[in-house]
Amino acid sequence: MSDILKSLIEIVGERGVSNAPEELWFYSRDPGVLAPHKPDYVVAPKTTEEVQKIVQLAGRENIPVVPMGNGMSLAGLVIPLKGGIVLDMKRMNKILEVNAMGRYAVLEGGTSQGMLKAYLQKNHPTLRHSLPDAPPTTTIAANVALHGQGRLTNQYGFNSDMVTGLEVVLPTGEICRIGSPSIGPYWFSKGPTLPDLSGLFLGWLGCTGIITKVGLKLFPNKKFRDVELFVTDRVDLVPTMLYKLTHLEILEDVNVWFQPKPLMFLGNYHITMFFTGDTEEEIEFKRKMIWDALQEFMDSKDGGFMSVQYMKSALLEMPGRTIADFADVPKGGGFEYSGPIALIEHYPKYAAKVVELAEKYNVLYASAARLISGGHCMMFSISFAFNRNDPAMMARVEKALTEAMTFALDMGGVPWKPNFKEQKMVMQRMEPNALKLLLMIKKNLDPQGIMNPGNWEVTP
Amino acid sequence: MTYIRHIEHENIVHRCFRCGYCKFPDDYSDFNCPSYKAFGWDTFSPGGRMWLTRAWLAGEIETSPRFAEIMFSCVTCDNCKTQCVFPKFKDFLTDIFQETRAELVSEGRIPPGVRDYLKAVAASGNPYKLPQDQRGAWAKGTGLKPYTSQEYLFFAGCVGSYDEVGQKMAQSVGRLLVDAGLDVGILGNEETCDGNDVRTLGEMGLFAELALANLEKFKAKGVKNIITLDPHALNTFKKDYPALGGKFKVLHYTEVVAELIKKKKIKLKPWPVKITYHDPCYLGRHQQIYQAPRDILNAIPKAELIEMSRSGLNAFCCGGGGGNFFTDILGTAPDSASRVRVREAMETGAGIIAVACPNCAKMLTDAVKMENLEDKLEVLGIAEILEKAKK
Repeated sequence: MSDILKSLIEIVGERGVSNAPEELWFYSRDPGVLAPHKPDYVVAPKTTEEVQKIVQLAGRENIPVVPMGNGMSLAGLVIPLKGGIVLDMKRMNKILEVNAMGRYAVLEGGTSQGMLKAYLQKNHPTLRHSLPDAPPTTTIAANVALHGQGRLTNQYGFNSDMVTGLEVVLPTGEICRIGSPSIGPYWFSKGPTLPDLSGLFLGWLGCTGIITKVGLKLFPNKKFRDVELFVTDRVDLVPTMLYKLTHLEILEDVNVWFQPKPLMFLGNYHITMFFTGDTEEEIEFKRKMIWDALQEFMDSKDGGFMSVQYMKSALLEMPGRTIADFADVPKGGGFEYSGPIALIEHYPKYAAKVVELAEKYNVLYASAARLISGGHCMMFSISFAFNRNDPAMMARVEKALTEAMTFALDMGGVPWKPNFKEQKMVMQRMEPNALKLLLMIKKNLDPQGIMNPGNWEVTP
Repeated sequence: MTYIRHIEHENIVHRCFRCGYCKFPDDYSDFNCPSYKAFGWDTFSPGGRMWLTRAWLAGEIETSPRFAEIMFSCVTCDNCKTQCVFPKFKDFLTDIFQETRAELVSEGRIPPGVRDYLKAVAASGNPYKLPQDQRGAWAKGTGLKPYTSQEYLFFAGCVGSYDEVGQKMAQSVGRLLVDAGLDVGILGNEETCDGNDVRTLGEMGLFAELALANLEKFKAKGVKNIITLDPHALNTFKKDYPALGGKFKVLHYTEVVAELIKKKKIKLKPWPVKITYHDPCYLGRHQQIYQAPRDILNAIPKAELIEMSRSGLNAFCCGGGGGNFFTDILGTAPDSASRVRVREAMETGAGIIAVACPNCAKMLTDAVKMENLEDKLEVLGIAEILEKAKK
């Protein structure tokens, strides 16, 4: 047994470490199209102190550490590109505190979205958090570490904007609290009015430290939640429609989606609008506002509201279980998407690009855009499904996604959860002083380059 | 030696997205896959097994004790089938794990506990290695008679026949059926293993041997209706035996007892007690029998049935399915299924966990001891509860 393995066992016990071929094989990959790379060890800590000791060991031995939630970014962000230790954080899944009056929760770094949802439903039914559409096994810390979005993103911004404090194990092994918990017992602010240090970790994909606790904003869980679905074949009018809808300031979530299958959806753009209320009167009032906002498009016969009765429960479900279905359309268990953050006015060009790429690379597409912060921007997903048993199809999807990212960058978009190749594309285009600052931060926080190496590096 | 491996459903193994819905109940409140809960590695989840099976079939990983442990730690509770979001292949998940186990059995690369279990059943007709002529001893004093041509055959199964906890369950059911005037008999020393767990552990040859021998016996004795103590036996009699020529009706004892209560053949007195009910996977998710046990417990005047947070379709397994009752691959650590389950039962405030499966009874009884809850929580078979509440 190697000294490193012995040391890891001393830290987390035998059941917390594996270097068996089965775990090394599994933790070397994610469900996306990027090539796998094996770690040397998979370690599952249960406490912040264990994470600290593991990071200190990694520093002494100069071996990489890759923190992992459920590994569902689909972008290969937890593939250990340079081997080392994959830290499976999911055993750190305690909900430590809910401050109901302050509307925030404090969670361990491996707490899943599903467990927080269930906990709030049971113990604080008037509160909710911004659930992403990702499966319920995905973790909250990973979601904020990659600037995820959720069902309240139109109302309140990126899920990382909803962080109210962090506990982080730095690459040096020091444990650091960020925001209000750094000076007191409360977790209500990640930064303001102090210098906002959370930016050193949010969006960094584990390259600057390991998030071991998260403070997260909670929001009112209204008694009623409803959805309307507007359909148009005029993609050029979609931005105007969205502008009018966001002007209302009443929608918790707005998605725009189009897909070729089933055929009933082909050629149309579907705007789903989610809204809530504490009374039926409030719901009906909001429904009327939504209909009034889009009345002109109905008058001009450019669109209309579609009955959602038969798919209402699927649309309202959180997380949406049917979303993963896309992976099985080519009967192959996979899809991957590029999700640039873009201006809403660019929607028609992005929509055209999806179809163009799908035709060029002979792959199946779907697209769902989500409005962010009341319409300042959107996440535009360019999704391609693939058959895992068809390497040629997977290669085509990879090429299509690379081309999609090039297009997004040409359009002035910002990539969401870019993989290591896309990070390089970003850095090549980044204003030199901004890049210098980014690399300086990385170098200062992680001088040995042991944190998720291969990501946010000039040379992998 | 190089093996060329094939399983029946290998053409769909690659379709798992490993999204992880399969780990949860439908409210996502906790992990509902017993092996994932116990081991905590993604490899021990249904998605992990699917991906590893694919890698193994492709030769990317080799057969190893770890691989076998991962495969044989599945308790076949069917939670993954219930929760998987892919309707076109979800029904085959546990079949795939069982087929992989069958390949491992063929290779002879199985965990020692599995090997010992299969050897014992093959040699003794039961996993306890106890003599066949002691199999019917449990029935002494119950009033049950040897089966000749009665309307029903009561099938006790291996656990009901040989395990102390199982025997108590079998005896109480036997007395209840006899007292209610049901025309019922037992095979006693002629009974042999039903083979359900042999099949789930992948020893298909031994299963066929057991099943065919049972069928021959049932046919020779003219058995038309079987009442099982064990939901595992119920499952294989209903699902697997018909394909081998089995033509008989099979009921679980809770279904029969619920009817007897409705017909007032069993009369109950008030008993102010708080009871929670643990759904056995092979009665619930496998056979969709949720209501009969609840109807029985609700029929006890003044008794209060309190559901656990995970119940019915979302019930958390006791960890004793898929052969783990005998092989104990899940172990007895605090996150082992049975210990988690009794802690969940404690949260209800009930003093009794009602069970309808002898495997569950044993698993949960042991877990109550490990959790030091013996003075707070009692595990009782549904018939044992009824005997306490009978007029």
